[in-house]
Amino acid sequence: MRYIDLHAHMVSRTTDCYQQMAASGCVAVTEPAFWPGFDRRSADGFEDYFHHLTTFEPQRAAQYGIRHFTWLCLNPKEGHDRDLAREVLRRIPKYLDRPTVLGIGEIGLNKNTANELATFREHVELALEHDLLILIHTPHLEDKWKGTRLIVETLLTYPELKRERVLIDHAEEHTIEPILAAGFWTGLTLYPTTKASPQRAADLLEMHGPDRICVSSACDWGPSVPIAVPHLALELRARGHSPAFIEQVIWRNPVAFLSQSPRFRLEDV
Amino acid sequence: MSERERTCPLTRQQIVDRYFLENRARLLDLAAFFDRLERAADGPGPDDFRVAALRAGIRLLLDGQPERAKRIQLLLSDPTHEPRRELRGKGAVGAYNPATAEGD
Repeated sequence: MRYIDLHAHMVSRTTDCYQQMAASGCVAVTEPAFWPGFDRRSADGFEDYFHHLTTFEPQRAAQYGIRHFTWLCLNPKEGHDRDLAREVLRRIPKYLDRPTVLGIGEIGLNKNTANELATFREHVELALEHDLLILIHTPHLEDKWKGTRLIVETLLTYPELKRERVLIDHAEEHTIEPILAAGFWTGLTLYPTTKASPQRAADLLEMHGPDRICVSSACDWGPSVPIAVPHLALELRARGHSPAFIEQVIWRNPVAFLSQSPRFRLEDV
Repeated sequence: MSERERTCPLTRQQIVDRYFLENRARLLDLAAFFDRLERAADGPGPDDFRVAALRAGIRLLLDGQPERAKRIQLLLSDPTHEPRRELRGKGAVGAYNPATAEGD
């Protein structure tokens, strides 16, 4: 069964991962800009990263028949440093016209500081200025509930923002309802230990229905599973869900959300 | 009947057959974790805030009320609302520590 992994940090993965993903039905990945595990020491480091995301990585994915798209930003883990954030935000626009850039992401909050929130706002305004899709990271673990509330409240202060063009990612049992109720898309992240297992993601899909929900592996440099989306498909199939239900979750939903960007094209896969 | 009743297509028996063993293993891991704490090299002492949160979560698990996963998530979450003024480390530890509150 074909699928899209809407959130995968492929620069951290090996070619074996691309091979596994392709063999298990992955047709496209979208890669949000991420924190490398340490704070970058200058805005120049971000420029090298944006260049990597928009040149080499699509070529690497193409060797396995996978389309690679990307999102650009300064990640929330670095958002507290306002001077660095302002400089990176000043430089992002020159990369926005590259053919695989879908939008701004993954922006959001990490430890829910006032500085992070200011950086988040500036990214939202950049996306609005350029009419781009937005992909949002919600904080980890004990910070998720507060951060999700702050993110939703902040987004609602922009009346011009089209909510159907925003996906608020990494939802779990306590945050999925306020995101969907406000009219945004959401994402369930199939990440071991610290996010949702395939079983819990299947439970959430059963309880909330599949509308406006995408799933992803968020595979990165930590312990993670690049073929987590097929694992969810197997879980849903084992529970007796229909092929149409599964296809909506792993294919038609991400296609519907991402197709709002004119850059998202799959015809040459 | 709650709107979420009967949303899982499996029967009760099928759910038990499919998921019992993995949850039996989790139960034993949890028990062994508490046993290990009692065998710690530095002897007995007060609970770390994360262990206290686990004990509270276990009590909630057994209260017979629905939405256990959501309620445990909330139990482990920072309940405050105002953005933090200061950044004290970038990592998350899995449970809210009231000692780190900024008075908001």
